[in-house]
Amino acid sequence: MTSRMVGQPVNRVEDPRLLVGAGRFLDDLGQDAAELAVLRSPHAHARITDIDVTAALEVQGLLAIYTYEDLSGPLADPLPLLIPHPAICAGRTQYALARDEVNYVGEAIAVVVAENRYLAEDAVERIVVSYRPLPPVVGVQAARAAEHLVHEDAPGNVAAHFVQEVGDAAAAIAAAPFRLELELAIERSASTPLEGRGVLAQWDSDSQRLRMWTSTQTSTGVRAAVAAKLGLDLGRVEVITPDVGGGFGVKIVHPWPEEVLVPMAARALGRPVKFTEDRREHFISAAHERGQLQHIEVGFDATGRILGLSVRFWHDNGAYLPYGLIVPIITSTQLLGPYKPGAYRVEFDSLYTNTVIVTPYRGAGRPQGVYAMERTLDAIAGELGLDRSVVRATNFIQPSEMPYDHGLIFQDGRPLVYDSGDFPASLAKLKALVGWDDWPAYQAAARAQGRQVGLGLACYVEGTGVGPYEGGHVQIETSGRIKVATGLTSQGQGHQTAFAQIVADELGVSMDDIEVVTGDTRRFPYAVGTFASRAAVTSGSAIALAARMVRRKILKVAADALEADPEDLEIVEGMVRVKGAPGVAMALGTVAVLSNPLRYAFDEASKAATQFVVGDSDLPPVNEDDEPGLEGRDYYSPLRSTFANGMHAVIVETDPETAEIKILRYCVVHDCGTLINPLIVEGQVHGGVAQGVGGALYERLVYDDAGQLQNASFMDFLMPYVSEVPESIEIDHLETPSPLNPLGIKGAGEAGVIPSAAVFASAISDAEGFAITAMPISPSDLFELRRRHAGTDRHNESIAKKEPTR
Amino acid sequence: MTGSWHELTLIVNEVPLRTTVPARRLLSDCLRHDLGLTGTHVGCEHGVCGACTVLVDGVPMRSCLLLAVSVDGQAITTVEGLAGPDGELSAVQQAFQDCHGLQCGFCTPGFLTTITAGLIGCPDPTADDAREMIGGNLCRCTGYLNIVAAVLRAAELTRARSGEVADAAVDSGQVP
Amino acid sequence: MKPSAFDYRRPEQLDEAIDLLGELGPDAKVLAGGQSLLPLLSMRLAAPKHLLDINRIAQLDFVSCGADGVRVGALARHAALERDAGARAVQPLLSAALAMVAHPTIRNRGTTVGSIVHADPAAEMPAVLCLLGGSITAMSTNGQRIICASEFFLGPLESALWESELAVEAFFPALPPQSGTAFAEISRRHGDYAVCGVAGLVTLDDDLRISVARAGYLSVSATPLVLDLTDAVSGRTFDGDLSAAGGLASAAVDPEPDIHATADYRRHLVGVLTNRVIVGAAHRAAREITGNGATQALPMPGAQP
Repeated sequence: MTSRMVGQPVNRVEDPRLLVGAGRFLDDLGQDAAELAVLRSPHAHARITDIDVTAALEVQGLLAIYTYEDLSGPLADPLPLLIPHPAICAGRTQYALARDEVNYVGEAIAVVVAENRYLAEDAVERIVVSYRPLPPVVGVQAARAAEHLVHEDAPGNVAAHFVQEVGDAAAAIAAAPFRLELELAIERSASTPLEGRGVLAQWDSDSQRLRMWTSTQTSTGVRAAVAAKLGLDLGRVEVITPDVGGGFGVKIVHPWPEEVLVPMAARALGRPVKFTEDRREHFISAAHERGQLQHIEVGFDATGRILGLSVRFWHDNGAYLPYGLIVPIITSTQLLGPYKPGAYRVEFDSLYTNTVIVTPYRGAGRPQGVYAMERTLDAIAGELGLDRSVVRATNFIQPSEMPYDHGLIFQDGRPLVYDSGDFPASLAKLKALVGWDDWPAYQAAARAQGRQVGLGLACYVEGTGVGPYEGGHVQIETSGRIKVATGLTSQGQGHQTAFAQIVADELGVSMDDIEVVTGDTRRFPYAVGTFASRAAVTSGSAIALAARMVRRKILKVAADALEADPEDLEIVEGMVRVKGAPGVAMALGTVAVLSNPLRYAFDEASKAATQFVVGDSDLPPVNEDDEPGLEGRDYYSPLRSTFANGMHAVIVETDPETAEIKILRYCVVHDCGTLINPLIVEGQVHGGVAQGVGGALYERLVYDDAGQLQNASFMDFLMPYVSEVPESIEIDHLETPSPLNPLGIKGAGEAGVIPSAAVFASAISDAEGFAITAMPISPSDLFELRRRHAGTDRHNESIAKKEPTR
Repeated sequence: MTGSWHELTLIVNEVPLRTTVPARRLLSDCLRHDLGLTGTHVGCEHGVCGACTVLVDGVPMRSCLLLAVSVDGQAITTVEGLAGPDGELSAVQQAFQDCHGLQCGFCTPGFLTTITAGLIGCPDPTADDAREMIGGNLCRCTGYLNIVAAVLRAAELTRARSGEVADAAVDSGQVP
Repeated sequence: MKPSAFDYRRPEQLDEAIDLLGELGPDAKVLAGGQSLLPLLSMRLAAPKHLLDINRIAQLDFVSCGADGVRVGALARHAALERDAGARAVQPLLSAALAMVAHPTIRNRGTTVGSIVHADPAAEMPAVLCLLGGSITAMSTNGQRIICASEFFLGPLESALWESELAVEAFFPALPPQSGTAFAEISRRHGDYAVCGVAGLVTLDDDLRISVARAGYLSVSATPLVLDLTDAVSGRTFDGDLSAAGGLASAAVDPEPDIHATADYRRHLVGVLTNRVIVGAAHRAAREITGNGATQALPMPGAQP
């Protein structure tokens, strides 16, 4: 038998091309294209009173300048609010080019198309815009205070107000023997892929068709949005996703202004037009995430069991709300993690500020929720003098309680029901991995040497593989090669490898014969996109189902040809053969030839399918319930998300003098169900942890009071280098397969980043003896905290502001 | 308004290429858009990310921080020049595949050129040496651990391959 | 992020460069390594009409060491100076500080003189030049002048160089007898500009007692700052309690806050790092006097060799 590929650490098929410089990223394409540059607002909040392009017209090589006045039809309307929700009370989105007001530094006001980017920037520099500045609203506090408004018609700067409650949390807290309150803050970070956004469009005036390439996570979404904005039939728009240099969420949003303006210009000018975002633009005009203030009230008993939990938080959604409430809804639901809190109430405001928009970034609201919950559990443990892991275990949902219904509505509009997971087993693995029980002795010994070390722990549950659906198409060519297509896109996750592994197993063929295409609407026009750790679950399942269809057809066609029962056939290394009689066999390519009855032979092999050679003269060549060709298309549409989970522990050392924070060990226990490719899964965990380290200790997006981003460069936005990440990440897997899909898979893409803020806050608190309640944290922040806590008995200080009441 | 223009020759991956550029043309843009060698990627254009690193006369430099005209006549090695003439992956490239040292692949060319030069100066690196070698390159996907492993693996492969070359030379009688 | 247009000249002789600079004056910018200039051009924070590329002036590409110190030509790359065995012997502080300048790839192209002329108060080499009491040699059509480090740095990114002048050489005095140096800095990420950096120089008397202690600071003031800490530690043995140096230093600085650090944190680091480099430099000076073995086992907390 062919050995099973799923579960093997197979080297990636993507690599050879990328390693020799033969990748094709957006800016590698369209070498003859005109290039677009954007004039962006230097003000966080202002009325535009005049735009004078006269001086720009002198730039040699200039092809066109567009402002709002040049937009018409749907293009002149605001960009779409992609995910409407009943709780949105004032949903505002930006125009492709600002109409009369700008609401963040970086908002697009005009675009220039010129022979190349240098000349386009020359022209941008010469456009003179007059502004009447308005007072900017920067930060959650200012938004809440609402002394000034971002949008005049959004009172209180509130975009949405949302409440969910299970049981009577207030009553449960009031009746609890112990109560605590916490105030927590978490700042902005951003996806920051190494490749920025980019789009290339080509209008074919002969066929009246638009072809575009865009560095996106959602090619079908871009296609539909562009067709709507440009007033084109969907059938006239093709979107191709080239190699994408990382996404992490920021490339889900669609359409970006440039994604409609580039095709508009390409059609108007009759030549290809390209936009390649530069790094500064990425910081000020793409998207950020994470910024929230949280207020938590919790009631619990003497064992640490939570009886009631009430969370109120304020979410900074930036200047507009194109992605709806997805991020705060995820925070509000995934906050619960592996725990059952008794009664639970959550209430949030999603608030406008005059800053870059906030849309999902890897983890998508979960890091904030896990931070809130895990800080609370540490506070309870501290309050009761209990072991932090014991308090967690006390509140775990047990394996016997699966599926577990929280009684809440999740981000997909469906009930929050966990399908699987064994949290006590995961915690046991993590404690063994990190040496939890030896920790108090180690810490005491270190303290005796004047060293400050801390151990942090954080647990999370992640809803992955959200719907609505993905599809897969599998086709066997007459050459015997297998073409696989799915509509969602790839940004480095190794889909071509993982999906080929699945197909190899389903069909009994070598991976070498399989070619996988993603994100090309010509090959697969129905898709949702790559985000929310959903690609392997949804497309992987759909491709498996499509491959099974093809397998059935292979066996049927081959059974006819070999005069055997389909039940007696097997496929081994690309050959269909009779079990027990391997001499009676047929290559898959031959089966493909026979599957398509022919009138004309176009080569030697195809003669076998022509009308005087094959066919039962009593039946039509293609039967009623059959189709020519050896291909299958199927879809996977999950009833609900499948829930992966994990637990992280980190040991840090804080320098008593300089307050530098050093990572000594980082341990991960991870359950994403069936592993398709452990190499790829571990790579995802590594990358997620590194991004988490960045988000916890280095990265923030610092706005001044005027709404100017102070660190819009890689000099000052401190994405970790190798010197900042742990030297090793110790990983242990637990595989509790999902019952919701044919392969038992759960998503893995975001996992590594989710518990970072929580686990580092926990570890630094443990090292310092006082509670960390604002993340990220820098050495300077820690130094200031030490000064504030100097003189207090640090090692007995509670995280919470209120002492127990009974 | 467009500044001065200059004719120049770059010896790119051992092939002399002539082109004419405005003085302000960055080497990264010249390689990618004038000479069509798009393997060199541009991640920040202010010299911090390292994606655009190429070798200038064998020495790693940021091609976004060089004017094309300023390196007229010099030898440039890009990622396209690392594989063998028969297309065989170089030791560094092979090590990246073996160790899963890349995900999206955008930053990878800068790592490959940097490490290729780095291993010449430090053929037997420790893990610390490897971290120092790649210390100026940003990667957002991998978390670097597998890249560090790839540096060590590349050193191993290089030694093995030079052993093979030596063995082959002995077998063919070139070396007594 | 693409530079504005400019005209480009690439003289091969120093005279020619000087003449061109005299002719073009304020409209011209000199390109050596360009590792600070190119980002400014690409962000269009600088838009000179003319760029004068000195990369082909071979006579400026030198590191020469003498008993008095190290002379570094305007084309010497950081990496070349860092590796130069002679320079290491004559003034070990140079390689210690250069190892902290950005990342190796930047040091392969960036020049030490260029970094000094750029006059970034967060850069290492201006502080080193000031601590050592070095100088810059500048040439123009009017001739040559030597500018002392103490007079060279006028403000952030502002030097005493005239618009028509080309900085052709930096001079770093040799390590005085019975002396040692050390360098330490704290940066957010390895290779970033320092939140605070300190270069220290200590001279001992024959009894291994401190006779001179000075330190140069980066990232704590608008121009590189040099403090004479001798009063705080004068007469103490090299391995005694030298922490008064840090106390004196942190009281003497008045740093600004920025997005990476508060002013107080910077001031605190001035004290911590001062103690580290003074201890390190004192031990190294003692080793200089007593020979290699004598102090080898002694701790040098935190200071770079």
